[in-house]
Amino acid sequence: MFEMIEAVFTWIQSQYLIWTLLKIVLIVLPLITVVAFYTFFERKVIGSMQIRVGPNRVGPLGLIQPFADVFKLLLKEIILPTNANRFLFVIAPVIALAPAFAAWAVVPFNDFLVLADVDAGLLYVLALTSLGVYGIIIAGWASNSKYAFLGAMRAAAQAVSYEIAMGFALVGVLILAGTMNLREIVLAQQGGILDWYWLPLFPMFVIYMISGLAETNRAPFDMAEGESEIVAGFHVEYSGAAFAVFFLAEYANMILISGLTAIMFAGGWLSPFEGMPVLGDTFLGEGSIIWFLAKTVVFMFMFLWYRATFPRYRYDQIMRLGWTVLIPITLVWTMLAALMTVLGIVVKGS
Amino acid sequence: MIVQELIFYFFSLVMVLAAVAVVTVRNPIYAVLYLVLAFFSAAAIWMLLEAEFLAIILVVVYVGAVMVLFLFVVMMLDINLVPLKEGFIRYLPVAALVAIAMAVEMLMVVWSRGRFGVDMFPVPAPNSADYSNTRELGELLYTNYLLPFEVAGVVLLVAIIAAVALTLRTRPGIKTQNPSEQVRTRRDESVRLVKMKSEKPRGA
Repeated sequence: MFEMIEAVFTWIQSQYLIWTLLKIVLIVLPLITVVAFYTFFERKVIGSMQIRVGPNRVGPLGLIQPFADVFKLLLKEIILPTNANRFLFVIAPVIALAPAFAAWAVVPFNDFLVLADVDAGLLYVLALTSLGVYGIIIAGWASNSKYAFLGAMRAAAQAVSYEIAMGFALVGVLILAGTMNLREIVLAQQGGILDWYWLPLFPMFVIYMISGLAETNRAPFDMAEGESEIVAGFHVEYSGAAFAVFFLAEYANMILISGLTAIMFAGGWLSPFEGMPVLGDTFLGEGSIIWFLAKTVVFMFMFLWYRATFPRYRYDQIMRLGWTVLIPITLVWTMLAALMTVLGIVVKGS
Repeated sequence: MIVQELIFYFFSLVMVLAAVAVVTVRNPIYAVLYLVLAFFSAAAIWMLLEAEFLAIILVVVYVGAVMVLFLFVVMMLDINLVPLKEGFIRYLPVAALVAIAMAVEMLMVVWSRGRFGVDMFPVPAPNSADYSNTRELGELLYTNYLLPFEVAGVVLLVAIIAAVALTLRTRPGIKTQNPSEQVRTRRDESVRLVKMKSEKPRGA
């Protein structure tokens, strides 16, 4: 009898482990695929913004292009520079990639589809996004190259500066939602497009997106790469698969920031038509994972749009913008958000 | 439970080894990276104690910000290792004395019966599923300990202002840029259209 109970117990435990692993695979595999097609999407979008066609040779409409790129990178030789620190040089891309994937553990795709429904989800996300910069710094230092080192220094200064603005922007969300659980943050925004936090926290919404650009080192804040000034910055010495991993990390981070913006400021999986007289009663008014993915894609598109629109910032102006413009605005708006909650202007889940 | 213990011993081992490596490795960059590893393992151990707020804050503040700046500074410094190692034998007796004194002090606290030990501390009851570490901490900080919390905040503010005041040097005669002025520049301030007659090419 006892043995049988034990057997059943271990079976359930092994099931749980297998189940969790399965869920991780179900998140990571689509993510990698989306990264591949995101690069294709980027080239097409920027192509059409610059009145070009973009890649259209490999496969129908050029759809196989991302795979061609990946195989090209994988088949290339990885060159280790002389006097580079071998161990750190090889491990740096992995350090850059790991947090970008690990952060997805707490992202709620809809009301029940979430890998880990943890209470301190928002803090967890902040902690992991702040770790990504280590990959860049270590890569820059281990390469034993002055351009890579300059890129690493720029990345470190930029990441530390913009993390503060990013954190403060999320403090506003925290105050209005009264919880750090990402699922509950979305639930607190119920009630249609005007109840989402982009409206009461509009300056913070904008600041979050700007700091998101800076955190992911995307144009116009791509100082860490700055190909017209420091060749390619931190990854100038990387080639082949090692470079591909850096590439993967950058795009995974962009998708992550887009998803987080959708959750914090655009109601996650909630429908924009919720509570509207006619549309709200049809299937369009129901929240679903499709809305979450659609919102994420919109923010992903904006990343590309910025890249095609703005020229790169000068280094000192990036610092000025972060410290003297964004942080004071978030500080003031934090007070306003507290006032909104106290006076009952924004009510949770109304 | 056995899994939890294994996790605890794993992270403790990593943390102690990393901490030893911080003071023994030759390369200062490695020392900083080992310190990051030690912080990370400490955060994992706190997580096992159900103190998830403190654990994640440790990662956000120390690993995510403070150690990045440490790494930044250590990479910028061109540290020559030879003079650092010079007085090693000469200072060894003093260092050993300090180390032994510290070890004895710690052992005196830990080994004395009646204050520490497994029997002195009953196993805490596990918290229920809806227990929020963050909420509990926030409620305590903003009610019972409001004054100490505010005082700590003021002390930090004073420290920031002091740091700025100590390092801010204003030298006369340096050229600076005013970005808001640069951004406000209009076309007619820098471009002047001049009307002139067309001229014949020379030698025509």
